[in-house]
Amino acid sequence: MVRELAVVSGKGGTGKTTISAAFVAISGNTVMADCDVDAPDLHILLKPEVKKTEDFISSKVAIIDEEMCTNCDLCHTACRFDAANPPNINPISCEGCGVCEYVCPENAITMHDKVSGEVYESTTRFGPMVHAKLHPGEGNSGKLVTEVRKRSLQFAEGSETKLVLIDGSPGIGCPVIATVTGLYMGIIVTEPTLSGIHDMKRVLGLMNQLKVRPAVIINKFDLNLENSKEIEEFCKENGVEVLGKLPFNNVMTKSMIAGQTLPEFSPDHEMVKLLENMWKRIHSIVSEDQQ
Amino acid sequence: MIVHRLIIGCNSLIITVASGKGGTGKTTVAVNLALSLDDVNLFDCDVEEPNVHTLLHPKDIISETVSVPTPDVNQDLCTLCGKCGEFCQFNAIFVGKTKVMIFEEICHSCGGCARVCPEQAISERDRPVGAIKTSKVDLVALTSGELKIGEPMAVPIIKAVKDRIVVDEVNILDAPPGTSCTVIETVQESDYVILVTEPTPFGLHDLMMTVDVVDKLRVPYGVIINRSTIGNEDTANFLKERGIPILLEIPFDRHIAELYSKGIPFVKELPQYRAMFQDVMKHIEEVLNNGS
Repeated sequence: MVRELAVVSGKGGTGKTTISAAFVAISGNTVMADCDVDAPDLHILLKPEVKKTEDFISSKVAIIDEEMCTNCDLCHTACRFDAANPPNINPISCEGCGVCEYVCPENAITMHDKVSGEVYESTTRFGPMVHAKLHPGEGNSGKLVTEVRKRSLQFAEGSETKLVLIDGSPGIGCPVIATVTGLYMGIIVTEPTLSGIHDMKRVLGLMNQLKVRPAVIINKFDLNLENSKEIEEFCKENGVEVLGKLPFNNVMTKSMIAGQTLPEFSPDHEMVKLLENMWKRIHSIVSEDQQ
Repeated sequence: MIVHRLIIGCNSLIITVASGKGGTGKTTVAVNLALSLDDVNLFDCDVEEPNVHTLLHPKDIISETVSVPTPDVNQDLCTLCGKCGEFCQFNAIFVGKTKVMIFEEICHSCGGCARVCPEQAISERDRPVGAIKTSKVDLVALTSGELKIGEPMAVPIIKAVKDRIVVDEVNILDAPPGTSCTVIETVQESDYVILVTEPTPFGLHDLMMTVDVVDKLRVPYGVIINRSTIGNEDTANFLKERGIPILLEIPFDRHIAELYSKGIPFVKELPQYRAMFQDVMKHIEEVLNNGS
């Protein structure tokens, strides 16, 4: 059975992508999925060779035939998204619900497939990778995330480790719900800031609702030792495992500029040792459970 | 200092702070800018993870529920004809053999099912999906949106936050990260966008995407480079090439990062930045005045 692990954070910029990339470099044979379809960055480090690109079509958009439109305004009144302004439809606001088409007495409105983004199947120096790009302003990120996960599962089923590692997006809304639902484990990367703690608690709340096993990594822990302690205590009280702590170190930025994962850029760095230990722990959780 | 009165022919001013990449310093910029000006309205539109309050620590918060219309099926009137399920583009309705099921979280509240039901068996009721919290901290009037945990759709909350924008005053909006529907919802109708980035490959990649979006929305914008001393020159070169103004550069300073971790806006400890944020505001006014 394939196990899916995802790295999420609630708050943006805590180090999800850097840590995900480090894990895949350490493991060497994990299927990688970038589910931050809104602002994907993992490809900058993994430099995938795209083997297959497909349009992602999951919703519709209304189009008004100007010649048939009598400007009766019924569609405008019925549209809940401020998208129908006859004879025009604002394609960014249109959610594709079809209400305008239904109410138009002239049959001047038709619904058309909308390309919301692209999905890519690729290979990297570490193995297969599935990623995607949502077109700007689109609202179907959850469905695109589900598509990326579906395809990465197929790759993982044929693999030896049967493991998928997902790089998630910030927040707790639509794309994160789609990322977390049905996971084996959600790894929350947090930082010892008030916002980091606040956002971690919200994404943890989401995982509890969805009954997904959480684990926490504290990044930049030495920025505020008191807050780091608070995170550890909170996790202990709530039965959440802290996989480890990483110090604040600009080697992360340096490896990013070099376009490399941390273990490639600086294999003997203390940060890499810490990440190796975390991955070992993750791996033992997964394999214990498989026995 | 009532800066916004200077803007000719414009009775309110909306400035949105955005970034593609998360964690570049949107909230830091929005809060410190607001604290550097007098009498502004600040709006936290990152309703999935609102963070302004972790810097401003508001007290006496007034909380109001945000609801969306959700279909309610009168099973006595329903004939299980299936028209509602067929119409729903979001797979939020399942017409079974004995009853109709509604998956509330994925309903987009379009109202289509109630319209197509030939038996008038579907009505709509309000379903809470989040809250709006208002408070006053010093001279800043704060409105924050908060999406209920487990709810996927942030846009209705953002709309409710934006309903509180005050005509004739300065309104600063803190946007969510990314470039999807939540960001467009926040940014559209803005008079000016401040893009916050960091000079790293991830920061630049996401900045480029956001620049494309703001260009399409035809809103004037400038960039604040946060932690400007980390990373490389690529961001500055990109901005120069594209003729995009740099409004401010904030060097990496561990002290600033530590203040943030404790929930202290850095202009409180480093008052020299107040004048810099006021200059950013002056620049924005000039751009808008010349453009009108």
